[in-house]
Amino acid sequence: MNGDKSILSILVDNEPGVLSRITGLFSGRGYNIESLSVAETMEPGISRITMITRGDKPIVEQIKKQLNKLINVIKVLDFTEQRHVLRELALIKVHARSENRAEVLRIVDIFRCKIVDSGPEHYTLEVAADEDKLSALLNMLQPMGIKEIARTGSIALVREMH
Amino acid sequence: MELTGAQILWQSLKDEGVDTVFGYPGGAVIDFYDALVNYDIRHILVRHEQGAVHAADGYARASGKVGVCVATSGPGATNTVTGIATAYMDSIPMVVITGQVPTSLIGNDAFQEVDIVGITRPCTKHNYLVKDITKLERIIKEAFYIARSGRPGPVLVDIPKDVTNSRTLYKGIKDIQMESYNPTYYPNTKQVAKVVGLIKQAKKPIIFAGGGVVLSKGSEALTHLARRANIPVTASLMGLGAFPGTDEKLWLGMLGMHGTYRANMAISDCDLMLAIGVRFDDRVTGKTDEFANQATIVHVDIDPTSIHKNVTVDVPVVGDCRLTLEALNQLLDAEDPEEIGPERREWLGQIQKWKDTNPLKYDQQNCETIKPQYVVEKLFEITKGDAIISTEVGQNQMWAAQYYHFSKPNQWLTSGGLGTMGYGFPAAIGAQMAFPDKLVVDVAGDGSIQMNIQEMATAVQNKLPVKIVILNNQYLGMVRQWQELFYKKNYSQTDMTHAPDFVKLAEAYGAAGFRATRPDEVEAVLKKGIETPGPVIMEFMVSREECVYPMVPAGAPITNMLLV
Ligand SMILES: Cc1ncc(C[n+]2csc(CCOP(=O)(O)OP(=O)(O)O)c2C)c(N)n1
Repeated sequence: MNGDKSILSILVDNEPGVLSRITGLFSGRGYNIESLSVAETMEPGISRITMITRGDKPIVEQIKKQLNKLINVIKVLDFTEQRHVLRELALIKVHARSENRAEVLRIVDIFRCKIVDSGPEHYTLEVAADEDKLSALLNMLQPMGIKEIARTGSIALVREMH
Repeated sequence: MELTGAQILWQSLKDEGVDTVFGYPGGAVIDFYDALVNYDIRHILVRHEQGAVHAADGYARASGKVGVCVATSGPGATNTVTGIATAYMDSIPMVVITGQVPTSLIGNDAFQEVDIVGITRPCTKHNYLVKDITKLERIIKEAFYIARSGRPGPVLVDIPKDVTNSRTLYKGIKDIQMESYNPTYYPNTKQVAKVVGLIKQAKKPIIFAGGGVVLSKGSEALTHLARRANIPVTASLMGLGAFPGTDEKLWLGMLGMHGTYRANMAISDCDLMLAIGVRFDDRVTGKTDEFANQATIVHVDIDPTSIHKNVTVDVPVVGDCRLTLEALNQLLDAEDPEEIGPERREWLGQIQKWKDTNPLKYDQQNCETIKPQYVVEKLFEITKGDAIISTEVGQNQMWAAQYYHFSKPNQWLTSGGLGTMGYGFPAAIGAQMAFPDKLVVDVAGDGSIQMNIQEMATAVQNKLPVKIVILNNQYLGMVRQWQELFYKKNYSQTDMTHAPDFVKLAEAYGAAGFRATRPDEVEAVLKKGIETPGPVIMEFMVSREECVYPMVPAGAPITNMLLV
């Protein structure tokens, strides 16, 4: 897909079918979703969808307008040009036999991950990071042998100005 | 007051001012029909649910009100989809009520279960599955509000059977406010002022009007603007009737693939385009890079997604078309008329030259068979341009657009966006319900009319004097035209010689039928058909290989016209 990455934060009614309205809009109009994560906000009945999408400027403008047009969409915020924090959560199950257990622990320390499960042959790490850091971590773990990965999509909030 | 779900439905419709509903019963909606007898609402029993939706659509287009239809679950619901998509593409306000299996069975592949909310998600403005009877009243209220406000469109409400027959308090909700839905009606005043400045400066301005002008009831304001500022007007297929088609000086005719020579040339030469309530459909723009590339483009639309979607716009104005036109008029009226476009004479002269060199034309005099254009032109003359015209899709639709000159909005009912064959006849039935005393004529092709011909029974049963003019070329004419021009005359699967005897067919349904085979019979058959009470089919055996001209090949620049 061409174009730049955009980070959209979409506040929606928390109702059945809302997510499929949104994904249906993307598939029906040929837009691209790179990642998507959804959960309820502090306000009951309202969910926040964080979406990473890609496209040139007019496409992203059109995406935002089309999203806004959906009746269940309350607000579409574009964080791309704003200072923001962005995190993705990953669980990584990595091979850890005696010869490289120490190495894994060292990496865990450097990247400030947590070990959430361990066994004679593996560790499972939990890490919340942005994409760059995540891919650096995966690079480091690669030689040990990664058994499985589960990643959430990104979530983001705008930084407060002080 | 405690009411059943079925009663809440009808009471809500009454409160919305609905007097006519089109529908077809079935197990999941049988309670609705049972309750209907106690409500003073006319129900038109169609013969196919697609007919119900198109009829509701025709009712809405002709009257400007919300059209309403009812269908049962499963096959009843799926039969509505083409009609819903048709209304969605043309932004027609409509509420579609479907029955659903009881909530306890949803998802179990129950008898006559279908996920109609899922199926219609991409072709409705919004839709609902009512899972809880206490929400029913509010949802119906919202459905009407959404259907008619902002950019109008169809809204579907799917009601499970147990919701229909349980009871709850009816509150009589008056107002609806929705946090997530706030259409912008009033245009930005700075943008409006900017547009006025552009109008004053422009040497070669043009107005391009679309369905949004009709939907917003803005045609009076549009006509005032055009005449006040001396700006010629063209329109999309959906915009016909927004400006008087009989205005010799300023009316250019339709734009686009089958638009007039002068409209397409003028668009390509203009220095200012006021595009109002249009969406720049590819049938209008042709190749977009070369569309109006000399012009500053102003685009007025209530739907922000329309703006910059297909064509890059210089001055976007988000707002209701009528309100925006009125705001423009208010500023323009304060100006000295002498100062608004003093140099328009040259531009209007140029347009007249285009019109004189390549007018719409056909030659009936030297032809022994009936020219379809002649039939439409005679229909225009005989009805004095005063009929409500619906059309099917194909050549018949284009000839109706070209040769019936529309002077008022809501007089022209055609499936513009989706191009749905089978639309015109049920739509005419809907329009006739809205206006029992007006003359309503469906201009049809022999192919299209067979798609919803079963509604003859509906027309006869309800004594609706709808007139059908079939331009019978014994072909799927428009497809044949493409095959002739772009597929080396390989008329694959477009021959329609095997058709019913339409005159006998009309009679079989209890209607009247007349046929003309020679040009000298056309006028008499039209007159007789129109004078005969009740529904009438008038069949005109027309020149088989007549083509619609001018024509711009799909995707070509709109100045690239094939002329007669
Ligand atoms: C439901 C549907 N199916 C197919 C088409 C494709 N189509 C467009 S025009 C046309 C031919 C229409 O033939 P007819 O109704 O005889 O009208 P004519 O063009 O001859 O006036 C067809 C098949 C369509 N628009 N709608």
